[in-house]
Amino acid sequence: MAILTTKRLTKQFGGLVAIDNLDMEVKESSIHSVIGPNGAGKTTLFNCITGFYRPEFGEIDLAGHSLVGLLPDQIVRLGVARTYQNIRLFPALTAMENILIGLHTHLKARFAGIVLGTPGTRKEEQKADEESSRLLRFVNLTGKGEQLAKNLPYGEQRRLEIARALATDPKILLLDEPAAGMNPKETQEMMDFIQHLRDELGITIILIEHQMKVVMSISETVTVLDYGEKIAEGTPSEIQTNPKVIEAYLGTGASAADAAA
Amino acid sequence: MNQDQSPWRYAVNIGLIGALTVVMLSLIGMVESFSKRDIIYRVVTMGNTLLLLTAIFLSYLAAKKAGREHAATAVGSAILTAVITAAGVALLVAIGKTINLRMVFINASPVLYQILTFYIGPKGIPLVLLGGLLSGLAAGLLFLAPPSIRKTIITALSAVVIAGVLQDMLRPVIALWGPLAKINLFLFAANGLSIKGAIGLFVVVAILVYVWGQKGSAVKTKVQGLPAGQQRNLKLASMLVLAFILLVLPKILGLFLSEVLTIVGLYVLLGLGLNIVVGFAGLLDLGYVAFFAVGSYVVAILTSPELGFFSMNFWTALPFVIAAGILSGVLLGVPVLKMRGDYLAIATLGFGEIIRILVLSDWLRPWIGGAQGIGQIPNISIAGYTFTTPQQVYYFILAGCLLVGFISWRLRDSRLGRAWMAVREDEDVAQAMGINLVATKLMAFATGAGFSALSGAIFATKIGSVYPHSFNVIVSINIICLIIVGGMGSIPGVIVGAFALVGLPELLREFAEFRLLVYGAALVAMMLLKPEGLWPDVKRRRELHIDEDENVAEAEEATVSA
Repeated sequence: MAILTTKRLTKQFGGLVAIDNLDMEVKESSIHSVIGPNGAGKTTLFNCITGFYRPEFGEIDLAGHSLVGLLPDQIVRLGVARTYQNIRLFPALTAMENILIGLHTHLKARFAGIVLGTPGTRKEEQKADEESSRLLRFVNLTGKGEQLAKNLPYGEQRRLEIARALATDPKILLLDEPAAGMNPKETQEMMDFIQHLRDELGITIILIEHQMKVVMSISETVTVLDYGEKIAEGTPSEIQTNPKVIEAYLGTGASAADAAA
Repeated sequence: MNQDQSPWRYAVNIGLIGALTVVMLSLIGMVESFSKRDIIYRVVTMGNTLLLLTAIFLSYLAAKKAGREHAATAVGSAILTAVITAAGVALLVAIGKTINLRMVFINASPVLYQILTFYIGPKGIPLVLLGGLLSGLAAGLLFLAPPSIRKTIITALSAVVIAGVLQDMLRPVIALWGPLAKINLFLFAANGLSIKGAIGLFVVVAILVYVWGQKGSAVKTKVQGLPAGQQRNLKLASMLVLAFILLVLPKILGLFLSEVLTIVGLYVLLGLGLNIVVGFAGLLDLGYVAFFAVGSYVVAILTSPELGFFSMNFWTALPFVIAAGILSGVLLGVPVLKMRGDYLAIATLGFGEIIRILVLSDWLRPWIGGAQGIGQIPNISIAGYTFTTPQQVYYFILAGCLLVGFISWRLRDSRLGRAWMAVREDEDVAQAMGINLVATKLMAFATGAGFSALSGAIFATKIGSVYPHSFNVIVSINIICLIIVGGMGSIPGVIVGAFALVGLPELLREFAEFRLLVYGAALVAMMLLKPEGLWPDVKRRRELHIDEDENVAEAEEATVSA
């Protein structure tokens, strides 16, 4: 059932241990949240999974493939896509082009085919255009395809980034604070959208999020990191009452109700 | 310059800039040397025009600052700016007449003062100030004039100035036109345009521009209203006309201008290649001339009987040339794969120098000729027809440009082009989207290098010999500049840039000593006024001018609602 597992994963930056002996298991088609205070190693975990960092020690296993030592572009081909905490679209390209770049791995055109304009290449381009339009529609950005990514409003940039990740046709989607900087209504819409992604497309979602209400309402499993160590894992309700979690978030003596709020 | 400065203050400031500019232009000898050529015979010289343009341009800016709503202030501040600029000239004359400036400024000659005072000595100073006042008034009125009129006047005046500046080029060209050669008699006098020629040219251009301004948009909407089939036919027809013009161009232009065209064409080829590396993939390559050298030398080694190694003909050698270019592109690419931005620029700069020093070295002299280079490179020939004169080589270069332009255009909107742009925008994210950075970057280097090698091969056969000093780092810089001036990543931009930065200096050879100054000034001005380039990629224009577009849209909305 587990689609992604890490075993004793360790990542160090000089003397700082960003991730410490992390064992984690992500179930297929689940929404799995990773929470923890600032600097707990959440984004580092994402960077290790996507191949941007190479861990010093440990294993990352995606449905039988080891991901350690692979390059980011190889990992995305295996079906792991991500978004970034501070949105990283291609700002000077249009929304459409952003998605088309996401489709890169599914296109096969080569130099000669492109220059000669072979029927295969043309057909492929046309299909890619259709697929991009479909994805734009899917994230509710119909008609914005020709706009430059950086000129879109914040919430739309977030959605475009997800669409671009979806274009790679991932099995697992890593979302790094997708609701950061959003008001409660937008946050709710984003969460509905994430749930929809999982329900409709069956994609496994790993989510980093700070807004506890959000995390608790949509996750099946929650992993709590603190100083790179896993301090708790379980269902949202288990996490909410876990004294270690409350301590990590609020210091000793705080109540569970505050942690949940 | 802060935004809420009063217009008067601004006018004074840029007036002072203007004064400094005209004094500098005078002291470096530009005014004097330009004064030898008349724009209009015995009326206006190029020197006058230079000073006038400075005053008019700056006072136009001053008027713009004041805004259309304050007509009096606009004209007033324009005049103020121009008078201050003129005062700079007056002051220079006054000082120059009392102190001998020549000890420091060798160009501060009596002739210069004569020119600056309309050849009547210090008594001319009031005239200079009056001239400033009038040019300020003209700029102010020009600003207040309706846009269509302004455009008409500016274009027509530019046409007159250009015709005057390029008279030596135009005269022999028009003389080739058989029955039309009589235009020369009407247009030109002994030196510069004749008065009736200038007026005639002004009127003709003004009418054309004005009529197009009135009817142009109507024609455009009409064309857009046509059914798709007819539109396509129209497009085809205009392509045919363009093709016809390109084909007969050397015949119309004559030998000298065809030569200029071939040089521009070679730079277009180089520019298109570098545009892929810098404009598309964002890899700042300052050693691009190396591939040009590789192309030239490979063709020389393979074809020149002087060396006698292979003595192939051009066509047999060509595949080797392209392969050598691509190979050297990959060879450069591999070590610099991990580098970005400025580090990459320095490393590639080094590569360019390595190639130049290698071909110059005594070590390789027996094979590639050292400082003496390689001569006797045969001309290109197809089926017994040899391309010898510039007018013939032109066709060959044209074909090369069309081919390379077509390839660039196809690549731009493809999977590969998008991968390049993704790498340019954000390398890490590009990789996270599944783009193989190694293959993508090497492909960019290899494609660019292949185009450059082709250009080098044509260059070598055109000149008939290769020397190390043709492959100076300044060539790389020139190509980068023409891409920036034309518009990064824009294919037509490369062509425009090549004409502006390579063609124009060739035409104005007699003023070559000011070439680098003008070059530098033009680049600075470009970056301030039109950072997206002369003919930018559509998207890039949007990127840099989005605020203006929004402002315009808002202004339009405001007027509509009012």
